Amino acid sequence: MSAHVLRDALVLGERRADILIEDGTITALADSLDAGDAREVDATGLIALPGLVDLHTHLREPGREDAETVLTGTQAAARGGFTCVHAMANTDPVADTAGVVEQVWRLGREHGYCDVQPVGAVTVGLDGTQLAELGAMAESVAKVRMFSDDGKCVSDAVLMRRALEYVKAFGGVIAQHAQEPRLTRGAQMNEGELSGILGLTGWPAVAEEAIVARDVLLSAHVGSRLHVCHVSTRGSVEILRWAKSKGWDVTAEVTPHHLLLTDELVRSYDPIFKVNPPLRSSDDVAAVREGLADGTIDCVATDHAPHPMEDKECEWSAAAFGMLGLETALSVVQLAMVDSAMLSWSDVARVMSTVPAAIGRVEAHGRPLAVGEPANVVLYDSGASRQWRSDDTASLSRNTPYAGRELPGRVVATFLRGRPTVLDGELAEVPV
Amino acid sequence: MIRHLLSSADLSKDDAVLILDTAEELLSVASRPIKKLPTLRGRTVVNLFFEDSTRTRISFEAAAKRLSADVINFSAKGSSVSKGESLKDTALTLQAMGADAVVIRHGSSGAPHRLAHASWINGAIINAGDGSHEHPTQALLDAFTMRRHLGDLDGRRVTIVGDVLHSRVARSNALLLSILGADVTLVAPPTLLPVGVDSWPVQTSYELDGALDKADVVMMLRVQGERMNDAFFPSAREYSRRYGLDTRRMRRLPEHAIVMHPGPMNRGMEITADVADSARSVIVEQVTNGVAVRMAVLYLLLSGSTDAESTEAQEEA
Repeated sequence: MSAHVLRDALVLGERRADILIEDGTITALADSLDAGDAREVDATGLIALPGLVDLHTHLREPGREDAETVLTGTQAAARGGFTCVHAMANTDPVADTAGVVEQVWRLGREHGYCDVQPVGAVTVGLDGTQLAELGAMAESVAKVRMFSDDGKCVSDAVLMRRALEYVKAFGGVIAQHAQEPRLTRGAQMNEGELSGILGLTGWPAVAEEAIVARDVLLSAHVGSRLHVCHVSTRGSVEILRWAKSKGWDVTAEVTPHHLLLTDELVRSYDPIFKVNPPLRSSDDVAAVREGLADGTIDCVATDHAPHPMEDKECEWSAAAFGMLGLETALSVVQLAMVDSAMLSWSDVARVMSTVPAAIGRVEAHGRPLAVGEPANVVLYDSGASRQWRSDDTASLSRNTPYAGRELPGRVVATFLRGRPTVLDGELAEVPV
Repeated sequence: MIRHLLSSADLSKDDAVLILDTAEELLSVASRPIKKLPTLRGRTVVNLFFEDSTRTRISFEAAAKRLSADVINFSAKGSSVSKGESLKDTALTLQAMGADAVVIRHGSSGAPHRLAHASWINGAIINAGDGSHEHPTQALLDAFTMRRHLGDLDGRRVTIVGDVLHSRVARSNALLLSILGADVTLVAPPTLLPVGVDSWPVQTSYELDGALDKADVVMMLRVQGERMNDAFFPSAREYSRRYGLDTRRMRRLPEHAIVMHPGPMNRGMEITADVADSARSVIVEQVTNGVAVRMAVLYLLLSGSTDAESTEAQEEA
């Protein structure tokens, strides 16, 4: 059995301690531990966080194995400090049956780099017309609790209501991709001054906010759980703040890129910056940062969306929406939120591990760093800094918007149930 | 001089005036029995047209040929583009063929910008219309036409009417005319003005009649009747009544004012036949001037950026 002792780690960036990990569990956490023959890991100056949990990852398998596979996606996740990712349902075939979600779940387990918690589709084929067999997916070995048509909005109000009601039977949550389809037909970028100048069809904030407003009301009406994916506008933050003030059971996520990047980048017409929802104004960025800091937005989720280069090396309107995010998430959150003193490291643990695990109902993740807890741990060097390179990735795809940018921090080690998936910043060999 | 012409906003006032003055000189070539100059002999100009546009393509083709350039016409139809070849591969092919300038028309806003900045190709890129972004040589030929009728454009009033939201001509004109000192008023129903138009260097109005009395130029934009299906306006008839230029409205214009249209016109929609064919209309002249202005652009971009190698080639020739 494996044993590691993480020497002199800064637990949640606050207190110095050694962490002893044995047989997948944290067995001791104190100063100057006698660790026997446990493998020593020098964690001096490194921040120890609970393994990160992503509520929003596109692993592309099955169907687009040219862009990403469960193996490469979970390797990228491990390099980013994640120990659990939620795999979105928009694969081919769509994850709308127990069979597909079990396959994806099993692939994650077999590869062993990161647990994969499949998200089930809300509607058959993401078609927005007929409910998928949500109960079958919930009862499958994958124990699906989060359902989403992500990539598409469940725009039909009745269907959304029914889905919210139906998942109450098994503690499920509907994760809504809030995008009013008629208001965003052909939309290419945030609607504002710049879309008018660039001649790109605008994607108005109201297209997101109208759905968020409708859905928080529906959620309150039927007394069910709503999660809002990738909140990107000030208006959405304000609606969520209001919904939470009413005590409604609504949660929300923001992506790292919406915390850092603005629509000004679209001036380059480089589709590396094309994403859904689109990059917004600097005022929206300020609003989602404030929302994350004050708890209106509950968590960070990457929306890691791999695409082959040919879908990005082209003209803007022909390009695919989406950007990579798993390997840069923690660095971007540090840059946007911690270095700006809006979040502490224990807040980061909350918004990137504890809370997403609670929303996704994954019990073995998002646990505190304490004796007796599962040994899902990240060691992070917040003092490091590096210029990001698009080819420095475990992903099969290269569509990172941060290439050439200086990003702080580096994931030094990731432990999944006591086993290192990343050590010394490199992917570890994981026994199958 | 700039290296590429992607947007009117790329031009300084001096650049713009230089292009217009050069075009003035080159216009005389058109009236000679032999309409040809040796200036760009040995240089290759590619017309890369991903959208049908006979007018703009033949205008560029005539311009390049009158400067003795070799012209390659590459249209999406019947080429590998229709078989799914990417913009990148097309650009690499043109680079391998040694294109000195690429004139690109593309349905996607920013496609010329991508060609100019993605390091796929070295030649000068000239935007011949991209999506609903810009069409800078159209703006230059419009400014050229105005200048021939009105002289210096500083302080002149230009009213541009119609589907500004989807119009690359309106964007390029608004930018160029304000660089040249003209006062531009955009007139359209609120649905057809872009969000953020307040930040443009122009006035806007929802009402046409009031924008005619003092106008030196009124430019009508093409409006597609199908726009009413997206509820931009209720019907072609209502659009025409509120924003169309008919004889009654034309009478409100000052004596010296001219009527322009970038073509192709929807007669009966944004402009009546009477107005289009009236003495005030300079629409046909715009086409003639288009060749001279495009000659000037090709000449200034290509001879301005001449490197040693191509100078040698010219000397040998």
